[in-house]
Amino acid sequence: MPNNPFVNLFGRSPVGPIQRHMTKAHECTTQLVPFIDALMAEDWVEAERIQQRISSLEREADQMKKDIRVNLPNSLFLSVPRSDLLELLSVQDKVANRAKDIAGLMLGRKMKIHPDVQPAFRRFVERSVEAATQALRAMDELSELMETSFAGREVKLVEKLIDELEHIEHDTDEMQIKLRAELYKREAVLPPVDVMFTYQIIEWIGDVADRAERVGNRLGILMAR
Amino acid sequence: MTLIAEYGTILLVLACLFGFFMAWGVGANDVANAMGTSVGSRALTIKQAILIAMVFEFLGAYLAGGSVTQTIRSGIVDPSMISPEQMIFGMLASLLAAGTWLLLASIRGWPVSTTHTIIGAVIGFAAVGVSVDSVKWLGVVPIVSSWVISPFLAGSIAFMIFLSVHKLILDTDDPFANAKRYIPMYMFAVGFIIALMTLTKGLKHVGLHFTDLQSFGLSVLSGLLVTVLGVLLMSRIKDEPSGKSHLHGVERVFAILMIFTACAMAFAHGSNDVANAVGPLAAIVGVLQSGTIHAQSTVPGWVLLVGAVGIVVGLATYGYRVIATIGRHITELTPSRGFAAELAAASTVVAASGIGLPVSTTHTLVGAILGVGMARGIAALNLKVIGTIFTSWVVTLPAGAILSIIYFFIFQGIFG
Repeated sequence: MPNNPFVNLFGRSPVGPIQRHMTKAHECTTQLVPFIDALMAEDWVEAERIQQRISSLEREADQMKKDIRVNLPNSLFLSVPRSDLLELLSVQDKVANRAKDIAGLMLGRKMKIHPDVQPAFRRFVERSVEAATQALRAMDELSELMETSFAGREVKLVEKLIDELEHIEHDTDEMQIKLRAELYKREAVLPPVDVMFTYQIIEWIGDVADRAERVGNRLGILMAR
Repeated sequence: MTLIAEYGTILLVLACLFGFFMAWGVGANDVANAMGTSVGSRALTIKQAILIAMVFEFLGAYLAGGSVTQTIRSGIVDPSMISPEQMIFGMLASLLAAGTWLLLASIRGWPVSTTHTIIGAVIGFAAVGVSVDSVKWLGVVPIVSSWVISPFLAGSIAFMIFLSVHKLILDTDDPFANAKRYIPMYMFAVGFIIALMTLTKGLKHVGLHFTDLQSFGLSVLSGLLVTVLGVLLMSRIKDEPSGKSHLHGVERVFAILMIFTACAMAFAHGSNDVANAVGPLAAIVGVLQSGTIHAQSTVPGWVLLVGAVGIVVGLATYGYRVIATIGRHITELTPSRGFAAELAAASTVVAASGIGLPVSTTHTLVGAILGVGMARGIAALNLKVIGTIFTSWVVTLPAGAILSIIYFFIFQGIFG
């Protein structure tokens, strides 16, 4: 019914698409754990397969991000500030980007992790992914937040989720410090270039958790307004 | 006078047919706008919506449609300045013009408002076909201003209602308990307001006269009736233990409330829009019966009946499909929002019907929904719709007038 005002009155809410984008970004990060496993087992074929998967997931996330941006014209009156939503989207996207970077670099250099630190390394990756999962949990509440019109009860719930997210990110910070220390102990006997890139990867994996925490922060700002 | 003597019966039949057809159009197209919000928010199934619409559109049209019908019949044009023949031609022309424009606009997908078309048509034939002085311009001013005021008024009321809902129920530690506590108040308000507006102003045409005190008393009674019924229905809803469904429990309680506001919307819509179909018919009937129209004479009950039946038939034969379509498109409204918008819109329209002002139910409801949106109740609203409303004012009025003038001169040429 093209001429009926009610058909046009309700604009497409960006909340659903933004939540789906976060799910996609999270999926990118979850692939990192099997990827690390394949690398540590030196199964380069499997590692490449997973890296390709992460790449294509990140591309899909990018496309979703572009779609959302296109569908937020100024004539759309939103119940939350448009800039806040767009910022949130950007930060979410950065989580996926980092995951892709990590997989690409580690595969490209056929990176080897010293067997002694492999368990700690794996745990580090897992914890970072857990941060992304926690961020997803918080983002899943966005639609509830909208429905309750940011009622105090729902806000408190999400605040608890964000607190937990910060705790997880703090964990990854400590793990990062320990791993760097382990690498420092051994760096004299390892090829220097490899060492530098290993430091890079440790930082990037920590970034995944950092950026997930930033998503939580952005959500917190949205609630504060 | 010879025209009336010769063709009187034919003209009457023609007028009744056109009026019925117009009413059919209202039932087929317009009612969907009034009921769409209830279906879209899943508060009612389509079957329930149609049932409620049939009953309450009929009641609204027959019981409370008299004032607005009277306005269209003799409130816009001065009967003393128009000859009986001209009145008949003009009103027939208006009906035809509105029907033509509705058809054309529906096919082409243009925004259409029956109210604006009819008013434009009546003003058109009188101002151009007879004389500019035959139009009660002083009477036209409040009508046109009501078109601007009603969306704003409904919007403000909806804003305040939703704010109260948010404060009292949604933003509390136990929304479900507070919903069960406060929603009966809203139920009372629905019954009370609609009854009050109708009783104090509208029922003269059905032969019922109440003093103000009686009206107030009856309104309180109907408010209590609605509350009792509502509480009974509410008691069947149990709270769910898990955190997420807690909200859905609240919305289900609001859905009960929306049953009553849906009735109110249907009643309001019928009371205001029936006049679009049978206002001109009432004018023609008046002329045929007495040779001229006395501004004081009330609209005959059977005229309202023709309109009421026409609306119901339109609903039954075609309107149900349109309601389903619109309901499918409106998915972003939850009952707590829908209720606020419907109560605001229904109150505004019923008040207008009581005063005798023809307003656009659709625009009023759009205004109400925008009001809820301003209170951060809706995720995304397309403000371009406001442009559509402006277009309706600017395009539909002249369109109705021009078509009416053309038909008027055709009739004059054939019969005059």
